[in-house]
Amino acid sequence: MIELIDVTKRYPGGHVAMANVSLYIPHGEMVFITGRSGAGKSTLLKLIGSLEKPTSGHIKIGNEDTSRLRRATLPYFRLNIGMIFQDHKLLYDRSVLDNVLLPLHIREISRTEATRRARAALEKVGLANRERSRPVTLSGGEQQRLCIARAIVGRPRLILADEPTANLDDDYAHEIMGILQALNESGDTILIATHDQDLIARYGKRRLTLANGNLS
Amino acid sequence: MTLGTHAQHHLDSLITAWQRLREQPLASAFSILVIGIALSLPTGLYLLITNLDRTSSGLTEHTEITVFLKPKIDTATALSLAETLRNEPGIRKLRFVSREDALLELQRSGLDDVLSSLSSNPLPHTLVIEPIQASPAQIRQLDQRLRQRPEVDAITSAEAWARRLAALLDFGVGLTWLLATVLALSLAAITGNTIRLQIYARRDEIEISRLIGATDRFIRRPFLYFGALQGLLGSLAALIFSGLAILWLNQSVAELATTYGSSFRLATLDLHISALLLVGGILLGLTGAWLSVAHTLRDFD
Repeated sequence: MIELIDVTKRYPGGHVAMANVSLYIPHGEMVFITGRSGAGKSTLLKLIGSLEKPTSGHIKIGNEDTSRLRRATLPYFRLNIGMIFQDHKLLYDRSVLDNVLLPLHIREISRTEATRRARAALEKVGLANRERSRPVTLSGGEQQRLCIARAIVGRPRLILADEPTANLDDDYAHEIMGILQALNESGDTILIATHDQDLIARYGKRRLTLANGNLS
Repeated sequence: MTLGTHAQHHLDSLITAWQRLREQPLASAFSILVIGIALSLPTGLYLLITNLDRTSSGLTEHTEITVFLKPKIDTATALSLAETLRNEPGIRKLRFVSREDALLELQRSGLDDVLSSLSSNPLPHTLVIEPIQASPAQIRQLDQRLRQRPEVDAITSAEAWARRLAALLDFGVGLTWLLATVLALSLAAITGNTIRLQIYARRDEIEISRLIGATDRFIRRPFLYFGALQGLLGSLAALIFSGLAILWLNQSVAELATTYGSSFRLATLDLHISALLLVGGILLGLTGAWLSVAHTLRDFD
């Protein structure tokens, strides 16, 4: 369950990215967050993922008020969320397998178990045969799938995807959406920020539209 | 997470740190060399002082006090005084050297021409005393007791010289500590700076790791191992440098000692001090790494 209560985010300099937003997303739902560039989609995901703190208001994930989390406990909370970044944020000097192993190393899972789970995640996104490759040798769609594998390998119940299909052609976009939909069908809560209206229409899920930091 | 898993992750961090050291062999070698040289200076000074201390202990252990009697003291009085002193506490051995024997000795030493031009023997009777107790304070007490004797004209002993040497050694110990402290700080600074550069080079990796839930502890760990490894290798280098220096100096020392009929050699660091140096290097590397990581990660926030 995700609940935002009167959440405002004001950046230094006075720009208001989010103004008194309240919303409720039950567990297991797949929701599209849409709006123009600069509408506040990424900010909303960052606030829910605790990558940023709200200026005011409360954000509840499950029973946790994340707006009150201390700096030291934030990483433990982030471990429960799978983040899929628009710019992938991959480690380009590591292998595909090492990238997926990273969240498991952070969780200090044994090497054998971590490797087993990382390979299973790569299998799920169709990259099992590329585990030794460097991310730079992957196509844009493959890099995005790698990012998904890294996000799901820790078995989070909440996945936040920021423009997961941006810059991808239709076939790749469908592949990515297929993976996310399958995760949702297995019970994960999924929030997808996208400005692709066709994509939203095609999947028929709930849509939250942001404009100038306000929900409409 | 089991203890074994935790240990495995520490081992992984250690391996990562070792790989990072090997990634830039030249830069790592220079850093280790600088640390080695920095640690060699106080280590060398410590060795110098311990060796001097060893030498001066030997001096006081075998100190002889030479008592020159007044010229007017005749042989009978001198022998009587020698007998009295033999029974005094604190004296192990006493040898009476008559003014005639002393003159003969001088003549034998090659001063025959000079001495033959003198009209009379200018040398006094002499008592050569070997004290029982060899501590500088006890020798000083004996020296003072002897000076109070009316027959005594002058006294020479190695005690004063040993005392000056002891004071000099105390000064040296202080200097070693001062130097060690300053260079320890520089070691921590060198390690800290190397690690700061590494953190900046791995900024993306650190930021991505943080985004997906890495704690500061997780990020810090390989850098701490890196600092500890660098400190350990630096102190190992210092051990090797000081060992080589002693080996080289001992050739000259051996030659010098032979001319004095001694088998004296400079001692190397004992096991205890060597272990202390290694542990110190590790701790200083860790401290530098810790401070650097804490400071640089705060910069990233």
